[in-house]
Amino acid sequence: MIVDDLKEIVGGHSMFAGLGTEFLELVTGCAKNVRFHGGEYLYREGEEANEIYLIRDGHVAQELGAPGQGRMTFQTIGPDGVVGLSFLVPPYRWSYDARAQDDVRAISLDATCLRGKCNADPALGYEVMKRFMPTVVDRLHDTRLQLLDVYGARS
Amino acid sequence: MSTVLAPDPQLDPMVPTLARITRKIDEIPDVVTFEMEADGWSGFAPGQFNMLGPFGVGEIPISLSGPASKRERLVHTIRAVGPVSRALVELQEGAVLGLRGPYGAPWPVERAQGRDVMVVAGGLGLAPVRPVLYDVLENRDDYEKVIVLYGARRPEEMLFADELSTWRARFDIEVAVTVDHASVGWHGHVGVVTSLLRTVGYDPANTTAYVCGPEIMMRFAARALTDAGVAPGEIWLSMERNMHCAIGLCGHCQLGPVFICRDGPVFDWARLRPLMQQEEL
Repeated sequence: MIVDDLKEIVGGHSMFAGLGTEFLELVTGCAKNVRFHGGEYLYREGEEANEIYLIRDGHVAQELGAPGQGRMTFQTIGPDGVVGLSFLVPPYRWSYDARAQDDVRAISLDATCLRGKCNADPALGYEVMKRFMPTVVDRLHDTRLQLLDVYGARS
Repeated sequence: MSTVLAPDPQLDPMVPTLARITRKIDEIPDVVTFEMEADGWSGFAPGQFNMLGPFGVGEIPISLSGPASKRERLVHTIRAVGPVSRALVELQEGAVLGLRGPYGAPWPVERAQGRDVMVVAGGLGLAPVRPVLYDVLENRDDYEKVIVLYGARRPEEMLFADELSTWRARFDIEVAVTVDHASVGWHGHVGVVTSLLRTVGYDPANTTAYVCGPEIMMRFAARALTDAGVAPGEIWLSMERNMHCAIGLCGHCQLGPVFICRDGPVFDWARLRPLMQQEEL
């Protein structure tokens, strides 16, 4: 029953919506429910990217800190978003910090487990990659727009 | 369509009338709002602009940012970016300046009646599109969902922050704001304004969008709206170019086959898209 509930939650997240039953069961086998209180870190820069978080409620700030400059947030991710895309590519390390802005409920996917299943079944791997790539590309576009710093001079 | 208002045709279009600043509001660093009065001022339509000039310095186009329904109110929001705009921003209450206008094609506000209204603004682009929101909120029952997405560089650079908060408190308008970068004290959204489009619910097939901000931001927003299913002819953008005469004579603001001052500044994306993608224009 608990696994069925979890499968429903994973399948209800936009990342895995419409995924076939067999693949959904494989993905759910790597999943667990997690909670973070506001201010708590989901992960820190430099740590191994062992998990992917499918956000259900709350918001996560992606941050970088530098000595003497404080911490800067460059992106927030809310309900139905995904945090932890570094799990996709070696060396599987977080490049920045992820902090819960408020109380966060999420599905945590064990990245080693999911990568193992994707390697064992290329059809699952392709399906998973197809689902994560649009988010990767959206964030690349967003980052480029941020880099352009377009809000400088309109009067 | 909104009524296009124009200066008295009996007057020389290149001769400014005198306007007096009655109130100066410091908005954010380098940005002020002037409330003014001018002889013969008879109102404007949302999206139109005036040519404003401190005497002896020059003239620049500035969009009207107040409510169009209150014809006596003459409101401009100005950022100091060049010599003329800086001279304007430094004027104080009681100062007199030259004014020509109103000019330009307005936002087609009535076009959105019975439809979802999506306003996407970035930086100072909230000022030219604010009259649309005043009009829509004054006639709220004529529209379906009303959504405002606003992006700024940093929290300290958010224009009309108090007014955004007031709108957010209403139940009949959805307001989402974002900044490109923030320190830890900011608890709102961080990311580009187009990322907000993925977080709000609306009916793309029944949406009219009004987009205003830096050109690159407008292009990204128009593309995102089109990708979501909003018809290009229902996405309206306000263009900014180097306008001098404001009446379609001098050609400074020419963009391919159009003069921004005379044919715009408001255009739909179907017309503008091919022009905005040609670097040499």
